[in-house]
Amino acid sequence: MKVLYQSLLGACALTAFSLAAAQAETTLTIATVNNGDMIRMQKLTDDFTKANPDIKLNWVTLEENVLRQKVTTDIATKGGQYDILTIGTYEVPIWGKKGWLVPLDKLGADYDVDDLLPAIRSGLTVDGKLYAAPFYGESSFVMYRTDLMEKAGLKMPESPTWDFVRQAADKMNDKAEGVYGICLRGKAGWGENMAFLTAMSNSFGARWFDEKWEPQFNTPEWKATLDYYLAIMKADGPPGASSNGFNENLALFKSGKCGMWIDATVAASFVTGADSKVAKNVGFALAPNDGKGKNGNWLWAWSLAIPAGSAKVDAAEKFISWATSKHYTELVASKEGWANVPPGTRTSLYKNPDYLKAAPFAELTLQSINSADPTHPTVKPVPYVGVQFVAIPEFEGIGTAVGQDFSAALAGSMSEADALAKAQSSTESTMKKAGYIK
Amino acid sequence: MATRQTAAAARMLVAPSVILLFLWMIVPLAMTIYFSMLNYNLLEPDTARFIGLQNYIDFVDDPDFIGALINTLIIVAAVLVISVVGGIFVALLMDQPIYGQSVVRVLVIAPFFVMPTVSALIWKNMLMNPVSGLFAWIATLFGLTPVDWFTNYPMLSVILIVAWQWLPFASLILLTALQSLDEEQKEAATLDGAKAVSYFFYIVVPHMARAITVVVLIETIFLLNVFAEIRVTTNGGPSTTNIPFHVFELAVNNNDVGGAAAGGIVAVVLANIVAVFLVRMIGKNLES
Amino acid sequence: MARKVSTSRRVAMSAVAWLVALLIFFPILWMFLTSFKTEADAYAVPPKFLFFHWTTENYVEVQSRVDYVLHAINSIVLAVGANIFGLILAIPAAWSMAFSPTKRTKDLLMWMLSTKMMPGAGVFMAIYFIYLRAHLLDSRWGIGFLLMMVNLPIIVWMLYTYFKEIPVDILEAARMDGASLRNEIIYVLTPMAVPGIASTMLLSVILSWNEAFWTLNLANVNAAPLTNMIASFSSPEGDFWALLSAASVLAIAPILIIGWFSQKQLVRGLTFGAVK
Repeated sequence: MKVLYQSLLGACALTAFSLAAAQAETTLTIATVNNGDMIRMQKLTDDFTKANPDIKLNWVTLEENVLRQKVTTDIATKGGQYDILTIGTYEVPIWGKKGWLVPLDKLGADYDVDDLLPAIRSGLTVDGKLYAAPFYGESSFVMYRTDLMEKAGLKMPESPTWDFVRQAADKMNDKAEGVYGICLRGKAGWGENMAFLTAMSNSFGARWFDEKWEPQFNTPEWKATLDYYLAIMKADGPPGASSNGFNENLALFKSGKCGMWIDATVAASFVTGADSKVAKNVGFALAPNDGKGKNGNWLWAWSLAIPAGSAKVDAAEKFISWATSKHYTELVASKEGWANVPPGTRTSLYKNPDYLKAAPFAELTLQSINSADPTHPTVKPVPYVGVQFVAIPEFEGIGTAVGQDFSAALAGSMSEADALAKAQSSTESTMKKAGYIK
Repeated sequence: MATRQTAAAARMLVAPSVILLFLWMIVPLAMTIYFSMLNYNLLEPDTARFIGLQNYIDFVDDPDFIGALINTLIIVAAVLVISVVGGIFVALLMDQPIYGQSVVRVLVIAPFFVMPTVSALIWKNMLMNPVSGLFAWIATLFGLTPVDWFTNYPMLSVILIVAWQWLPFASLILLTALQSLDEEQKEAATLDGAKAVSYFFYIVVPHMARAITVVVLIETIFLLNVFAEIRVTTNGGPSTTNIPFHVFELAVNNNDVGGAAAGGIVAVVLANIVAVFLVRMIGKNLES
Repeated sequence: MARKVSTSRRVAMSAVAWLVALLIFFPILWMFLTSFKTEADAYAVPPKFLFFHWTTENYVEVQSRVDYVLHAINSIVLAVGANIFGLILAIPAAWSMAFSPTKRTKDLLMWMLSTKMMPGAGVFMAIYFIYLRAHLLDSRWGIGFLLMMVNLPIIVWMLYTYFKEIPVDILEAARMDGASLRNEIIYVLTPMAVPGIASTMLLSVILSWNEAFWTLNLANVNAAPLTNMIASFSSPEGDFWALLSAASVLAIAPILIIGWFSQKQLVRGLTFGAVK
């Protein structure tokens, strides 16, 4: 027994010591998502630490969902475990408004804030203050197989309509050969199928809420969106579509199974990459529209931010300035080639002839990003910010719940009418509970 | 049996773990009960206020609650049946005098070492994917249409993955039980020409009763909390969401700390009801 | 094992047993093969079994992205450490429950198990706040303590059923000889209990090893075990099957090797002494 108590006491004492030691160190703990561009940055940080030998970097790299959950818990409880957070355009407006983030106003003289793409910058700005610096930005567009399109006797316009997409999908579809006309997201989640469907619904003139925060799933616009989506996926989609997200569709497209794929612009460098079977036959076009003045593309930027209350703001801001600078872009270009620089954040990149040559999709990426407007995402006015999401804290919950209903409709386990009705009623009850609807 | 002195000593020996476990249980439990009575959204910590039992009412009133409860029980029951029946079969097989028995045993136990997240990812992407998965390829070899697992049979798919993880556990426990069966008796049974079936039901099964009980009890505790497999494969939805996943959704997607706490308490109560039933049904086998 | 069977029957039985074992093992084998493929080969249709371009680049990539050794050491230290402390607590408790049972022993055992039934997400915020205030987040001691507490009920249970197997007569004989409680434990009980303790420990090491919810949510850098490493490879934006397979092989390799060498103990431990 004595031994036991001694060891327990020892344990407590040791814990106290190790804590004291940990707090004395001057390291930056950076929570980040495990996407390719971030991983690349981790490997290139020597450039930063050589210039700043007094700053040590600790990385916490996690997949997107786990990262969001940990970072949200930490910031909401003022846990202070991280000095730099990697967050998206969904979190920044909400957290910035709450005063949970440090405004970035000391990024340095040569940072050139005005070079940031206006659409991205406005998504990260609250009340005129920039709360996060964009590391890479993306929109969505159509990727299609030029060889199959030619075989179908069609020509993809630069800005196709949904009708054209349907026609092309029907023609390219060749299930006997294992080629599916179109691959779209179907896996439930606010950042999965609902990112695509919400962006798509904008082009059909639908919106999540009217000006009084009343959910709009009972409107003809949403029905038209879902009608189209379910019909085209049933006719020309791959089996198992209801559990396909970005990764699954990427794998399908790269192995030559999809005629078209509408998804994130960052996928362009993957599908034209060395290990893609279709690298030489990929064309790009703007996300489709329905002639209502909006295309169905989204806007997202993974960005770096500093939690309020951090004791290491200066060092953190130094790092953020480095990681999102023009200098970093050039560093990547010199080490890994222009095709691998983080896209979608700076105007200057899209004027760089080296980049435009290395990335044939650059022009359309820029157009897509510029055409997305987080404050006016759809045809009718909305009370919220966000293109493929609604920047309110409740959206993760309702977005995922609605995503599950729509995914079930795609799988055939729920009817379209039921899915829309359930989406409407569950969203309404959440919004009432949260006090948006009086 | 024990003298007064040893009884006192015995209590002293039990005390540390009981006290620690009690603290480990009671402090978080008290906090969780407290949270469960608050309208506490993680993102709105300043507006948290006392709302009594409203979270419990909401949790139980939720139209998804009954479905989640049924899904929980289906997962537990189906995986138990598959792993116990399959485990008996595998154990009987491995109890035969076979070549390379120790290697076979390691192969069979290996899935138990794989983390749930990893096994779910492997099954979903590399095996069950209807286009590029291995099963689909096998189906096309025989000219069949590949099964679209997660669209058409989401629950079955989750059950298969979980059962794969727990089959080794059951097999090994049952194998060891089998191996202690009297060798002479086994031989006599075959020499007497006793029918294999009756030998199995009258001698083997009763002999394994206690081992089966242990399998059922331990597995139930873990199966009531199946979660990672659902997260990775279907990410919820009416056909696979069970209680732990439902609670997780409240906590993470809705940032509803109060609701998740209430759900956690409800889940504990339900789990204990299941446990009491189990002990009533099979607890006798544990008496030595 | 000395049953007399004809060779042909033995061959047939072996074939069936190997077939079943390989079927069960197959997903792991497939993962192992995939870890040596390029991403393009990983999702090739028809699948490539052995004749593909073998490469170790995935393993190199894993090592270049994470500190595998640190994670592996954390996993080992946490799992083994938690279980040593757990056994120090559990052995006396299980011993006295087995040999000096009271009316409440059964209830106590059931109660211990019931503490394991809370879904992690429900009780998460409570534990998180405790750890935050106590500065135990991302500390090895903190995570180790948690793993110990999570597995303690199972350890006590297993040891209890194990100790139940030890014939009481021997203990009583020792008592008659005037052995003190201390001597009774050291000289009589321990030798008989060692196999049970060893195998209990092994099983509970496996359970700690695979524990992902708590380690993922409470550890970041210093105390992050292999489960956290996996979370940095699963589902990124882009290609990942081959890479994830390599990371997974690395994550289960240590425990698989430990399991391989001690499988006999494991088999005994897994039965909880359900049989002799």
